[in-house]
Amino acid sequence: MGADTAEVAIRVTGVSKLFGDAEQPVRALDDVSLAIRDNEFFTLLGPSGCGKTTLLRLIAGFDHPTSGSIELHGTDISHLPPYKRSVNTVFQNYALFPHMSVEQNIGFGLEMLGKPREEIEHTVDAMLRLVRMQELRDRRTDQISGGQQQRVALARALAPHPQVLLLDEPLSALDYKLRKEMQIELKRLQHETGITFIFVTHDQEEALTMSERVAVMNAGRVLQVGPPHEIYDRPIERFVADFIGDTNFLGARVQGRNGAAATLRLGCGLELEADLPPELAGASEVTVAVRPEQVTLAPAGEASLKGRLENIVYFGTDTHYHLSLPGGERFTARVQNTRGRRELFAPGSEVGIVIGAGVVQVLRD
Amino acid sequence: MQQAEVRRNVMLSVPALVVLAFAASGPLLIMLVYSFLGAGDYGGVVWHASLEGWQKVFLHRDIFDDTLSLADAHLSIFWRSLSLSFMTTVLALLFGFPTAYFIATRPPRSRNVWLFLITIPFWTNLLIRTFAIMEVIRNQGILNTLLVELGVIVEPIQILYTDVAIMLGMTYVYLPLMILPLYAALEKLDFRLVEAGYDLYATRARVLWRIIVPLVKPGIVAGCILVFIPALGAYVTPRVLGGGKNMMLGNLIELQFGQGHNWPLGAALSITLLVIVMVALLVYVRTVQRGSEHG
Repeated sequence: MGADTAEVAIRVTGVSKLFGDAEQPVRALDDVSLAIRDNEFFTLLGPSGCGKTTLLRLIAGFDHPTSGSIELHGTDISHLPPYKRSVNTVFQNYALFPHMSVEQNIGFGLEMLGKPREEIEHTVDAMLRLVRMQELRDRRTDQISGGQQQRVALARALAPHPQVLLLDEPLSALDYKLRKEMQIELKRLQHETGITFIFVTHDQEEALTMSERVAVMNAGRVLQVGPPHEIYDRPIERFVADFIGDTNFLGARVQGRNGAAATLRLGCGLELEADLPPELAGASEVTVAVRPEQVTLAPAGEASLKGRLENIVYFGTDTHYHLSLPGGERFTARVQNTRGRRELFAPGSEVGIVIGAGVVQVLRD
Repeated sequence: MQQAEVRRNVMLSVPALVVLAFAASGPLLIMLVYSFLGAGDYGGVVWHASLEGWQKVFLHRDIFDDTLSLADAHLSIFWRSLSLSFMTTVLALLFGFPTAYFIATRPPRSRNVWLFLITIPFWTNLLIRTFAIMEVIRNQGILNTLLVELGVIVEPIQILYTDVAIMLGMTYVYLPLMILPLYAALEKLDFRLVEAGYDLYATRARVLWRIIVPLVKPGIVAGCILVFIPALGAYVTPRVLGGGKNMMLGNLIELQFGQGHNWPLGAALSITLLVIVMVALLVYVRTVQRGSEHG
């Protein structure tokens, strides 16, 4: 999928990881394959327990795959200990060494690599500058704030200049404003260092705003890999569409086919055209997803699909219109607010819903 | 109201203060006083001031020409006590650390089982356990028989009644006192820091030395103190395994209160032991502190 054109930093091939006893193993990862490009900001996104942290730990070397292989720039590292991989981790709780100063923490990796003293000092200086922590270099790690600890953890992991940097939900412990700042900071650091970042999060917004590509995971499997807009606009599975953003799910019957395109008849009676994924070529009943902000509302007479307006919820930037379709299905439309705009529709009235071409996405269940 | 609270807290501490006064400070004071009195012919003290007891701690008066010389016998016992206690502490740390690490890394439920097993030796009398060690290391004992049978050695090695026997015995007896504080420290250790160490290119040995040891240092200090102090005053183990020939301080003190009929000397030796412990602790704690300042 284009991953072969750029150089691959991390190639995960058919990796499974089983925990627990042999009789009742827990399958944390189930035949996962991924190619993460060099110099890419790649995100593993999924709910807790989906296997994203397990995959990160396998890449870091804290655990080893039950089957399958992990390559770093073409070298199999599946069974190397963590200290023999040019991969560093920013831990969720930062895991800074409490018995060392900020400076000693950042220099630790270089010291373990046996770098000469002048080089260590030089790099630590550069790292302190990079994360803007020069003034606090002599502090103990419990004498600095959470956001500052976060920066030290980043500097410590970046100092040995690893080929790949792993970030395990590093922003989850920060408050909202600090998290926004650090998101921008992380993008800047990735850009300045040119290191491949693999970022783990359960926050879909974080994944969409920061990543070049996202892998959505659930129950130990990778469901979809792609750039944020593709994941959002063209989810191939119901789980992906549901996990990322808000979606209207509608049942549909396949009426006729013309190559990949098919004519679908929705439960409410509306007929429309959409592309069918190849594995659904023979299906007669499918589910389609329509994003609430990709439809427009119109007076009842101007649209082929009508719904009864049940509820209006004002959100500041936009307004959500909750509608009930003729077949009984629920539908939400989201309309951007502009200044001084008045309510267009009254609750209880009939409203037309305009679904444009290419907005409908047929899902695998 | 606050005064009432203070008064109640003082009241609560009274039982402990009484015990301390009567059971700890009292006997010590008696020892201090006795060490400056004369010796009774059949034990006990005669109530006149005398420095004889203290003099005999360090000096030896010749029976024939009445000249004074250094009490070599006592000094060698001091030295044996110090060196054997030191070696015991080192051995207990070497055996105790891996054991405590092993227990601390088990799942929580099996940890309690392992800790329970560690405490089993305490169920049996110390004397009986010491005789059991004797049975293992004596010339016709299990260890020597096994080694001879296996052809590792031709003749049994004399272990019993040597300093080595005392050292082994004390290590066995005091090992739990090392394991328990080490376990308490290791159990609280954040093992994510260990992972962070591996992640930053530290090998196992370096993670142990640079991350685990500095973080569990309070446990190591506590364990070493808990082993070293009782080892220095040990009585039963050197008595049984040293065979009365290789005396330690505890045995020497007992001798003065028993067959030696010299209570002032025994009291002076006891106070000397106390001072040695205090000085050793002071030196140890200072060294540890200096180490962490550099660390």
